Amino acid sequence: MNEVKASMAGSVWKLVAKQGEEVSEGQDIAILESMKMEIPIPSESSGTVKELKVEEGDFVNEGDVIAIIE
Amino acid sequence: MFEKILVANRGEIASRVIRTCKDMNIKTVAVYSEADQNAPYVSLADESYLIGKPRVNESYLNIEKILKVAKESGAQAIHPGYGLLSENAEFAKKTEEAGLTFIGPDAKVISMMGDKIAARAEMKKAGVPIIPGTDEAVASADEAKDWANQFGYPVMLKAAAGGGGIGMQAVYNDEELEKAFEGNSKRAQTFFGDGKMFIEKLIVDPRHIEIQVLADKQGNAVYLFERECSIQRRHQKVVEEAPSPVLSEKTRAKMGESSLKAVQTLGYSNAGTIEFMVDDEENYYFLEMNTRLQVEHPVTEEITGIDLVEQQLKVAAGESLVITQDDLEIQGHAIEVRIYAEDPNTFYPSPGQITKLVLPEGEGIRHEVAVKGDSQVTPFYDPMIAKLIAYGANREEAIERLTKAIHEYEIEGIKSNLTMLKRVITHDNFKAGDTKTTFIQNYYLPTLTNH
Repeated sequence: MNEVKASMAGSVWKLVAKQGEEVSEGQDIAILESMKMEIPIPSESSGTVKELKVEEGDFVNEGDVIAIIE
Repeated sequence: MFEKILVANRGEIASRVIRTCKDMNIKTVAVYSEADQNAPYVSLADESYLIGKPRVNESYLNIEKILKVAKESGAQAIHPGYGLLSENAEFAKKTEEAGLTFIGPDAKVISMMGDKIAARAEMKKAGVPIIPGTDEAVASADEAKDWANQFGYPVMLKAAAGGGGIGMQAVYNDEELEKAFEGNSKRAQTFFGDGKMFIEKLIVDPRHIEIQVLADKQGNAVYLFERECSIQRRHQKVVEEAPSPVLSEKTRAKMGESSLKAVQTLGYSNAGTIEFMVDDEENYYFLEMNTRLQVEHPVTEEITGIDLVEQQLKVAAGESLVITQDDLEIQGHAIEVRIYAEDPNTFYPSPGQITKLVLPEGEGIRHEVAVKGDSQVTPFYDPMIAKLIAYGANREEAIERLTKAIHEYEIEGIKSNLTMLKRVITHDNFKAGDTKTTFIQNYYLPTLTNH
């Protein structure tokens, strides 16, 4: 099980992956908006999106878990 | 003249406007979000009002709230700064409807220049050179492809309501265009509420040169020469200078005259900037008009000795311009660098706590700063935290002073682009005036592999 974490503080602009979706390493899970820039948050491993911990519009701090990949 | 104005902005530009107001004995009202409670501009103003939560939609873009503060505080006018509501026609209109003066042009002009398609049409009417492109929005990727094949690649896709590089992409073939069209249209819809796209020929390796204008409500207008802002990352300016290191006197005069034609056609008043792309043969093409004060306005102030904020206030108060074109001449050279809270290698934002800030001193050095030594840089706003401006009798002296100053500059606690700026301004090609829009791509990014 791997956690996909926010690389910096910002708000969740878009959730790219859906719960239950198969994703590969490097595939974007979410896109954050920080300081008026879109920051893609990729998965570091291949697997299934077990849980999305955030919703679009949520504010996250650096290190907050965005999704769990199994 | 106004006795009290509200500054509907934040950061360095709010401080900048407040300082000129102090010089003119005008009282100032600042507005701030919860994230900006300790920002320097808040205490610099005579009065400050908390207007909401950190996100801009809940504070700095809340028109009703800002107007309520303006009325309650007894302000007679609103200066919108740049960004945020500065080019929002609805805000300008509602400000006037509330019986206050909007320090900027008429809402109709803001609206027209905010729509790139309408702006192109208006400039065409004024006889200002425009880049060959579609006069109407293109309905689909297929329609865009037909145009590109008729006029030839490369082309530039642009969001009609775009800004800050969002919704804009250079494309080189049908396949790229197919992908880029939908993505950029969706992005424009999300950011600007308008997904309309248009397409134009890509001017390869151009310079970005813009003309500063000032116009009053009586129909008088002058141009305050050009700024060259070609050095950009992610389509956003990093280094700006006045005058351009390459523009001939003849082209400068022609661009100035074109800009005045634009101003007259629009019935424009207040400060404004006409942005152009300029190719190697000094052909120039209208890019867009910014109907507000610009980030890089200090370099124009340095070479002309004119306080643009003071002029904005006077014009908005109904005074006639006392400056004529014959009064204006370029004196010396000025260069501005934008200091961003970002990783200098990836250009990714770097919000966080500043633990140390050392601002250099020296002859010809000017600062416009949004932060203090203990500021928290939040992720809610633009990453620009300061501007460093160097003035010299000529370009060489300006570069020399800027180089010395930037090596003394210290920011700790967050990442900043200081190392990038140092490499740019000390680069031989920068010194030689080879400052095209591809500078970062050609001369800076390749150096990163060695570090």
